[in-house]
Amino acid sequence: MSSTSGPFSFDTLSLHAGQQPDPATGARATPIYQTTSFVFQDSDQAASLFNGERAGHVYSRISNPTNAVLEERVAALEGGVGAIATASGQAAVHLAVATLMGTGGHIVASHSLYGGTHNLLTYTLPRFGIETTFVDPRDPEAFRNAIRPETRLVFGEVLGNPGLDILDIEAVAQVAHDNGLPLLIDATFTTPYLCRPFDHGADLVYHSATKFLGGHGVAVGGVLVDSGRFDWDASGLFPELTEPYAGFHNMDFTEEYGPSAFLLRARKEGLRDFGACMSPTTAFHLLQGLETLPLRMQRHVDNTRRLVAFLAEHEAVEHVGYPEQPDHPDHGLAARMLPKGCGAVFSFTIKGGREAGRRFTESLNLFSHLANVGDAKSLVIHPASTTHHRMSSEALRAAGISEGMIRLSVGLEDPDDLINDLKRALRASQKEAR
Amino acid sequence: MELTVNGSKTYIYTGTHALEPGRTTWLFVHGAGMDHSAWILQSRYFAFHGQNVMAVDLPGHGRSAGEPLGSIEAQADWLAALLDAASVEQAMVVGHSMGSLAAVDFAARYRDRVKGLALVGTGFPMPVAEPLLEATRANDPRGIGMIMNWGISPQSHLGGNQAPGLWIHGQGVRLLEQAAPGVLFTDMNACNAYEAGVARAGEIACPVHFVIGDRDMMTPPKATAALADAVTAPVSRTVLRGCGHMTPLERPNELLDELIAFGARLG
Repeated sequence: MSSTSGPFSFDTLSLHAGQQPDPATGARATPIYQTTSFVFQDSDQAASLFNGERAGHVYSRISNPTNAVLEERVAALEGGVGAIATASGQAAVHLAVATLMGTGGHIVASHSLYGGTHNLLTYTLPRFGIETTFVDPRDPEAFRNAIRPETRLVFGEVLGNPGLDILDIEAVAQVAHDNGLPLLIDATFTTPYLCRPFDHGADLVYHSATKFLGGHGVAVGGVLVDSGRFDWDASGLFPELTEPYAGFHNMDFTEEYGPSAFLLRARKEGLRDFGACMSPTTAFHLLQGLETLPLRMQRHVDNTRRLVAFLAEHEAVEHVGYPEQPDHPDHGLAARMLPKGCGAVFSFTIKGGREAGRRFTESLNLFSHLANVGDAKSLVIHPASTTHHRMSSEALRAAGISEGMIRLSVGLEDPDDLINDLKRALRASQKEAR
Repeated sequence: MELTVNGSKTYIYTGTHALEPGRTTWLFVHGAGMDHSAWILQSRYFAFHGQNVMAVDLPGHGRSAGEPLGSIEAQADWLAALLDAASVEQAMVVGHSMGSLAAVDFAARYRDRVKGLALVGTGFPMPVAEPLLEATRANDPRGIGMIMNWGISPQSHLGGNQAPGLWIHGQGVRLLEQAAPGVLFTDMNACNAYEAGVARAGEIACPVHFVIGDRDMMTPPKATAALADAVTAPVSRTVLRGCGHMTPLERPNELLDELIAFGARLG
């Protein structure tokens, strides 16, 4: 952590940040404030809360005490100025985009993105007049060349999908800042335990908290975090933040809130009007997960390293794509940016193509066959026979997916049990192929 | 709102309202390395409750041009020039930390200009530890870390911000990071070098209200007492339990309540 992270370590903040023992009851755990709204002390207090003259909660679409603990905790772990909890990771990225631009806006994004985000940028946002140019995440100059006068955001993932290409955040942030633009990072796969994008120059970070932050696969949610470092005034490209907003008593967000301007606008407009807020019960579930984030992530990575080593030596495996492998194109970048590990989601290619992949997934016992990652339990999916089964071999290749590619999300089980499960399924996949 | 003070462009936050004659004016003076936004909730409240607000950016801070002023006395003189430029005869003056020393000096030497004085996170002397002076002299970010580590209470370091979703430590760090090189050192040095606190406190004629945190490590309660005991004008004080030095960030609502009550007492 940097020298400006405060007196407490990451592990301590994972347990405590954002929470004081409940002032009403003394409860040590964060209470679930499952309420839509909050009683005003009097009319003046009510008016002051509505007008941004007092701090506090009015209505749970906009803020809630349980959610606020989660928001502060993630902000503390990321080293940001604050955060906003959202209904999902997709809601978080939409909130970021909608706060920064409207029709006519343009985004430059890595082409290695989660499929849902790719859909949002490719098909949905254009219906609202926002276009995206996709570029090679390994080429910072491609980001620079794609920037237009109407560009308002540069965007990528720490670990790209599906090849785990690592974004050189420092280099891409430099390109963005040279052009007066913020860099938004999806850090879902890494969590702040493995990488804090703000330390590398990113300006905004979001998570699908559904995955490793929550860690138990019981709650869908997202979190959008602001570093508070981007100079919106100097950029001159964001009147939403630097000019009076008629929708909130002519508030000029950078004038009034300085480093927190983006989050205030996102909350007072984005949550208020689009309404993709998080349930307080969801926030509670995610907080339970966050308490053990450092322990879980280390175990996820340790298990992953064992499985990668096993698969890399197995005769039925053509290739393992994990950035710590010497043949991965981003091996050097991984050592610099992700010294604690490159996460617990990776792909490998099984010999025998699409049919072998199908047999492999159906022969596993411990790995659950489903479309998610970041659970405490190990997960598997074979894109060519499931999510991408209608695609031809050529189309799969164009998407960077081979017919025998298997994606694993490595959980917290005993690694020997996981290896035994893989060993048996690999044998089954090859036996029947002959 | 922009004014020209002593030939330099000066920014004051007025809560989106123009200054109007005949209204009580609240003059907010920020602490070292900070700017008007430290007071955003309190200043916005008074602006929307029929009173004038002048939350200043001292020279070289925030949106104001010029070089930071090298002494507390110079800051006090500048506050007088600011009121002249705004055509404001008298104000309720609220100062935090370094700004509280400037407010004390101003209230003592420009007695007719101050109706009431609210001092937040204050004390005398206000010595600055040598490692912090060294770090800020070198524009070393560790100086900001020291200020925030000492500046907010242990409870506030863990969180529980009254402002939903904002991380107090992160807010403070980012605000201080925005200060131009040299500003923080100039401010720290001004606090460290100020010697007239007790003498000036004895010359204050208006009522003074102290708002202090019992976990303030930078201006601990005994330092506040030294200043308060020297005031011969009417004094009141409120101690906020669990609060450190950064009261506007740590306890914005209680601070606002204190200012509302203080203003009401003075009519």
